[in-house]
Amino acid sequence: MSPVTKHRLLLLLPFTIFLVLLAYFAIGLTHDPSKLPSTMIDKPVPVFDLAGIDGGPGLASTDLTGKVQLVNVFASWCAPCRVEHPLLVRLAREEGIVIRGLNYKDKPEAAQAFLNMLGNPYTSVGADKDGRVGINFGVYGVPETYVIDKAGRIRYRHVGPLMPQDMENVILPMLRELAK
Amino acid sequence: MIPEIGHYALVLALLLAIIQGTLPFAGAARRNAAWMEAGRMAAYGQLGLITLAFLALMWAYVVSDFSVLNVVENSHSQKPMLYKVAGVWGNHEGSMLLWIFMLSLFGAAVAAFGRNIPPTLKARVLGVQGLIGVGFLLFILATSNPFIRILPAPPDGNDLNPLLQDPGLAFHPPFLYLGYVGFSVAFSFAVGALIEGRVDPAWGRWVRPWTLVAWSSLTLGIAMGSWWAYYELGWGGWWFWDPVENASLMPWLAGTALLHSAIVVEKRDSLKTWTILLAVLTFSLSLMGTFLVRSGVLTSVHAFAVDPRRGVAILALLGLATGGGLLLFALRAHALKVGGLFAPISREGALVLNNLLLSVSTAVVLIGTLMPLVLDVFGHKISVGAPYFNAIIPFLAVPLVLAMAVGPFLPWKRADLAGIMGRLWVAGIVTVAAVMVALWAHGVKPVMALVGIGLAAWAFAGALWEIADRVKLFRIPLSDSLSRAGGLPRGAWGTSVAHAGMGIAIAGMVGTSFWLTEDVRVMALGDKATVAGYELTLDKVAPAKGPNYTTEMGFFTVRVDGRVIATLTPERRWYPVARMQTTEAAIHTTLVSDLYAVLGEPSPDGKGWVVRLYHHPLVPWIWLGSVVMVLGGLLSLSDRRLRVGVPQRRANPVPPTMQPAE
Repeated sequence: MSPVTKHRLLLLLPFTIFLVLLAYFAIGLTHDPSKLPSTMIDKPVPVFDLAGIDGGPGLASTDLTGKVQLVNVFASWCAPCRVEHPLLVRLAREEGIVIRGLNYKDKPEAAQAFLNMLGNPYTSVGADKDGRVGINFGVYGVPETYVIDKAGRIRYRHVGPLMPQDMENVILPMLRELAK
Repeated sequence: MIPEIGHYALVLALLLAIIQGTLPFAGAARRNAAWMEAGRMAAYGQLGLITLAFLALMWAYVVSDFSVLNVVENSHSQKPMLYKVAGVWGNHEGSMLLWIFMLSLFGAAVAAFGRNIPPTLKARVLGVQGLIGVGFLLFILATSNPFIRILPAPPDGNDLNPLLQDPGLAFHPPFLYLGYVGFSVAFSFAVGALIEGRVDPAWGRWVRPWTLVAWSSLTLGIAMGSWWAYYELGWGGWWFWDPVENASLMPWLAGTALLHSAIVVEKRDSLKTWTILLAVLTFSLSLMGTFLVRSGVLTSVHAFAVDPRRGVAILALLGLATGGGLLLFALRAHALKVGGLFAPISREGALVLNNLLLSVSTAVVLIGTLMPLVLDVFGHKISVGAPYFNAIIPFLAVPLVLAMAVGPFLPWKRADLAGIMGRLWVAGIVTVAAVMVALWAHGVKPVMALVGIGLAAWAFAGALWEIADRVKLFRIPLSDSLSRAGGLPRGAWGTSVAHAGMGIAIAGMVGTSFWLTEDVRVMALGDKATVAGYELTLDKVAPAKGPNYTTEMGFFTVRVDGRVIATLTPERRWYPVARMQTTEAAIHTTLVSDLYAVLGEPSPDGKGWVVRLYHHPLVPWIWLGSVVMVLGGLLSLSDRRLRVGVPQRRANPVPPTMQPAE
C-alpha cells in the first residue's frame, strides 16, 4: 500500500467508526430498556443467597416467597437512586410495603453510609458485590424495581427512578391486585 | 391566536432555512454574489421569525394559556413567574425551540460579524448552518410542536417537576445550549473549509471567537448544573457521571481540545487535519448528547419523556450531520496541506499532548456512557457507574494538569525543558507550601488528596507565574512591569486566568471529595450537634406555605466558640400538584468551606427529626474556579487580534502598506 492510499484510508477511519456507532444507536432504539419487559417476567426469581451489608440481615431467593413485595436495585454511586429514595422510605413507613434491597456492585460501607444518610426503607438488603444476582434478574441499570408475587415470581419491572405517578398509577394498584 | 402565530413563524423559518441551506452553496460555486448574499438575509430572517415563535410560547406560559398542551403538561397557574418563564425550556418541545433559537442567533451573528472572512467561505458556513436549521425545524414541526392546542382546555396545569423549580436550573439549559449550539459554528467552518479544500492560519483565527463563546457558555452551563445538583439533591454531591452529565462533558472535553489545537493552526499553520476533525466531532458529540437524552436509549434522572419516533428522527439528524461531516472529511481532508514541523518538546508538542489527553478522556467518557447500550445489543446487561470513571479519569487528569502549567512557558518549534522548569521554581515552592498546609490541616491520609492539592496549586501558581515571568516582575522596576502587563495581549491573560481557574476548581473537587465531614443523627428541639467546629442547635421546626407548595422548615442556630454566626433553615417541601417531595438544603458558606444542613424525616419514635449535617471543605471553589475559567474565555474573546484582519502568509512577503484591505 502506498503512503498516499494509507493516508486516505486513515481519513476514512472516523467515518467508519461513526457508522458502527450509528448502527448500535439504531438497534438501541429498538431495545428500549424502559419499554421492553425483562425476559424474567412471570418467571420465578433466580436462586441466590446474599450476605447483608454491615452485619444487617441478608437476602436470599427464599425470602421472596409468601408475600407480595418489591425488590429495589440500588447503589450508593447512582444518582437517580437518591432521587427515588425518599419515595421508597415513604412507601415502607406509611404504606407498610415490604421492600427488599439489592445493593448492586457497591462497597458495603458506602451502601451503609447511603442508608444512614437517606433512611433505610428495606426489610433486608443483599450485597450483590459483583453484580451476578442483578444480571440474573436482568438488571439493565440502577435503579430498577421489581414486583414479586406471593409465589416468588417476577410480575413487573420498572426501569429508572420511581416517580410518584409510577407508584400511584402502576405499582400500588398492582400490589393491591396481587395481594388479593 | 398567538400560539398559531408562533407555529406559522416556525413554518416560515423552515422555508428561509431551506433557502439558506441551498442558495449560498450554489452562489459560492458560481461566484454569484447575490445568491451568497441571500444566505445572510435568510439568516437574519430566521432569527426574527424564531424569536417571534419563542416569544409566542413564552407568552402562552406567562399568561397560563391552558389551551396549549405544552403549557398544561409543564406549568401551573400558581407557579412563580420565574418558573413559568423557565418552564418554556423545562420540557422537550420547548427546549428544542430554545435550541433552534440559539442556532438562529449564531447564524445571524455569523452573517453580521466576520466581515473579513472570504465571501465564498462565509456563504458556505451560512449554508451549513442553514442545513442544520432545516433538520431541526423539520424535527420540531413534525414530532415536537410546542404549539399544539388541547380542547376543551383543562382548568389548570400539571406543574413542572419540582426538582426543576429552582433558580440555578432555570438558567442552566440556556447556557448549556448556547455551548452545544455554538459548536455548530465551528462545525460549519470545518465543513466549509473541507469544501473549499483550504485551511490556513486565518481559518484558525476566524473559528476561534465562536469556539470561545461556545466553550465559555458550556463551562458556565455545566457548572450551574453541578451547583444545582450540589444544593438540591440534598447531600452535596456535585457530579454523578450520569449519562446526561456525560453527554455535556464530552463536547466540553472535545471543545477544550479544539480551542487548543486551533491555536496551533493559527500560529503555526500545523495540525490542520486534526483540528478540522475535532471541530466536526465536537458538534457531533453535542448532537449525540441531544440524541441520548431524548431517545430513551439510556435511562437517567435527567432524561426527557421517551418517544421512539423522536429517537428515530434525532438519530437521522445525527447520522446526516455527523456522517456527512465525517464523509466529507474522508474525501477531502487529503487536500489540506501539511504545515510547519516542530520538535516534541515545544509549545506545539505541549498542545498535542493536551489534545491527546483530552481526546482519550473524551473516549473514556464515551465508552463508559455507551457501553451498556452496546453490550445490550449482544444481550449482556451491564451498568457503568462512578467507580469506572473515578478509576480512569484521574490518570489522565494528572499529566494534563502537570503539563498545563508548563505548556505556556514553552516557545514554539522547540524548547529547552530543563531551562523552563528552572523558571517554574516559584510554582514549585507554592505547590510544596500548599501540600504542607494540607498535611498540617488534614494529615497524611488520603495521599491522593495531597497529590490533588499539589496539582491544583501547581496549576494555579504556574498560570499566574507565567504572567509574572512575561512582565519580568521583580526583575525590572514595578512600573515597567505594570506597563508590560497592560501591553500583553488579552489572549495571554485569558490563558493564564482560565488555567488558574482550573487550578481553583481542582482544589474544590479534591477538598470536598476527600475531606468531607458528615454527621447523621436524630435531633429533638433544643439538641446540639457539632460538625467541624460548628455547633448547631435545633431551635424550632415549623410549617410554612410557599406559592405552590407546603413546607416544613427547621431552624438551626450555628455557633462558633459560643458566638452566633448564622441561622440555617433547611426545608422539606411537598408539591401537591406534582405529588413530589423535595429537600432544600441550607448552606452557610465561608467561601473556603460550606456548612450544609438537611432536615430529614421525623424519627420513628416521633421525638425528633433525622438531620444530616455536612462540612464540605473548599467546595465553593469548584464553581468559583469555573467562573474564573469563563472569565478567562471572555478575556481571550476580547483579544484585539480576533477582530482585526489576518495578514495572509505569502511566499514572498509584501510590505504591509501594500496588503489588500480585508
